[in-house]
Amino acid sequence: MNPFTQLDGLVAPLDRANVDTDAIIPKQFLKSIKRSGFGPNAFDEWRYLDVGQPGQDNSQRPLNPDFVLNQVRYKGAQILLTRDNFGCGSSREHAPWALEDYGFRVLIGPSFADIFFNNSFKNGLLPIKLDVAEIDELFRQCEASAGYRLKVDLAAQTITRPDGKSIAFDIDPFRKECLLNGWDDIGLTLRHADKIRAFEAQRRAEHPYYFA
Amino acid sequence: MHAQTLYEKLWSSHVVHQEADGTALIYIDRHLVHEVTSPQAFEGLKLAGRKPWRISSIVATADHNTPTDHWDLGIQDPVSRQQVETLDANIREVGSLAYFPFKDARQGIVHVIGPENGATLPGMTVVCGDSHTSTHGAFGCLAHGIGTSEVEHVLATQCLLQKKSKTLLIRVDGQLGRGVTAKDVVLAIIGKIGTAGGTGYAMEFGGSAIRSLSMEGRMTICNMAIEAGARAGMVGVDETTIEYLKDRPFSPKGEQWAQAVDYWRSLHSDEGAEFDKVVELKAEDILPQVTWGTSPEMVTTVDGRVPDPAAVTDPVRREGIERALKYMGLAANTPITDIPVDQVFIGSCTNSRIEDLREAAAVARGRSKAASVKRVLVVPGSGLVKRQAEEEGLDKVFVAAGFEWREPGCSMCLAMNADRLEPGERCASTSNRNFEGRQGAGGRTHLVSPAMAAAAAVTGRFTDVRTLA
Ligand code: SF4
Repeated sequence: MNPFTQLDGLVAPLDRANVDTDAIIPKQFLKSIKRSGFGPNAFDEWRYLDVGQPGQDNSQRPLNPDFVLNQVRYKGAQILLTRDNFGCGSSREHAPWALEDYGFRVLIGPSFADIFFNNSFKNGLLPIKLDVAEIDELFRQCEASAGYRLKVDLAAQTITRPDGKSIAFDIDPFRKECLLNGWDDIGLTLRHADKIRAFEAQRRAEHPYYFA
Repeated sequence: MHAQTLYEKLWSSHVVHQEADGTALIYIDRHLVHEVTSPQAFEGLKLAGRKPWRISSIVATADHNTPTDHWDLGIQDPVSRQQVETLDANIREVGSLAYFPFKDARQGIVHVIGPENGATLPGMTVVCGDSHTSTHGAFGCLAHGIGTSEVEHVLATQCLLQKKSKTLLIRVDGQLGRGVTAKDVVLAIIGKIGTAGGTGYAMEFGGSAIRSLSMEGRMTICNMAIEAGARAGMVGVDETTIEYLKDRPFSPKGEQWAQAVDYWRSLHSDEGAEFDKVVELKAEDILPQVTWGTSPEMVTTVDGRVPDPAAVTDPVRREGIERALKYMGLAANTPITDIPVDQVFIGSCTNSRIEDLREAAAVARGRSKAASVKRVLVVPGSGLVKRQAEEEGLDKVFVAAGFEWREPGCSMCLAMNADRLEPGERCASTSNRNFEGRQGAGGRTHLVSPAMAAAAAVTGRFTDVRTLA
């Protein structure tokens, strides 16, 4: 996993609640057995006017001019502003893979769905929860000025606005460590292999029927 | 000892290790695997030179991509076929407790085959790379949907990294009215608390109305806990649970059965256990439900109307409703029973078990598909469900009514195979998600119970099933 420390990135606003993972990456792209290459199909049904199929040349497809990420001013955005319950629905990790492959590194919203939130951290994507009032203000500022950027500092747990205001955010210490260092969860867990083995042996003795 | 909730009991019996910030390593008893979310996990494992920790925890099947007709022709779509073949190869290489591949007599939707084979047992932790893993919580176990990185993590370590959730009790007391099913109960719950209402919580369903449900009804309810934002839903163990599990293929036998049952009887929330939040519903207030929008919380009763966004003051909500009505092609204030349907889908891990099919067949018996309805698909949840339905003659009832009787799988729940809606088509569906494009790009989904789906099929529009006596 790529470590995440700091980012000074262009912001794009996606002003809708309950953006589900079917919308982030439609199911026809889940047939891939790979982990990469989902970026051109992120938000496929909103982004293009035709129906996308896997393996297509996406550069030839008609873009939907009404979809916010298609606006020139948001090209190259690395920070996505969202509303409530982003990432709800299916557990597909293809959703964070698609967002990351698209170029996003930070998501800012009032709330995220559980599984999506978890999956994001495993892929070097930082979801940040802020109060609705802060989010409203960020939407206002972002829509008001082209080229709107934010500075995100994970170690300091702050977001800095162009007007200089710094907003603090919360994050689990464990997740923060992993993200800062780009640590692989599995490697970390296997440091406890002896404990897992001991736990397993005891469970097998007490509840043999779970080990049939 | 203080009174504990079921979740606390399940949690504390699985903690292997805990970090200072509360992040815990949770031991996993059962790992269910399907073709869509596992290939990258198996690949990652191999690339890192790691071996699965305990293959006897793995139960696998192919369900999302498999066709539901012409099995003799195999899987026509080459991309789908490759994904299913990749699962075959991975399981062959790695091993498992059980594998039900494409065309196997016991193949089926992963959340149907686990319980029916006794592979889901009370007191277990159950994971699967699929959000509807919450289904298995109906058995008094802790069941989580996980992402692909976590699938790899569980394969490699037999553990999941988790933080303890808060607890939410949804209590439904009283007696459900005629024609009101578990599906209506869970849609009513989601309508009440919203799709984010359970976020951060482990959700337990209790109260006399839940206790009186069969295991299949409980599974329907836990299945949709995730649609209310809760990663896990659960119901305490009682005699209904134990009765269901007796003599299933992987259920314990003989002396171990007695030992297990003894333990399982303790798997319920203690009298006086405290929850972080409690929500109560009265069973008598719940009527048959129909969703009208593009999120499961956009739901009303069959005697209701499509809402009017002009009456909503919160701008984010108002825009959400406007957008949903536009996508769904519905005018504000339309009575639900005036909405015609083009297709009907009876199936999915929410509602494809034998009792669901019986309910649908009871409505279809002696009636036929309305001429205006293009297609009615009935897709059993597994090979075993299919066989049972055929033994009861339900297939004949469906076929006589002009419905199509198919092979098991996920089918039009998410339309990864050939079963799907055309743009603009409207479907009465017994599945769990009415998201934009879920059943096919541009398709419009209304979630209902199996009986209500059958009622829509025979009348051509949403109809209160209670009027069809
Ligand atoms: S039936 Fe639908 S919800 Fe259930 S596992 Fe299959 S695709 Fe997922």
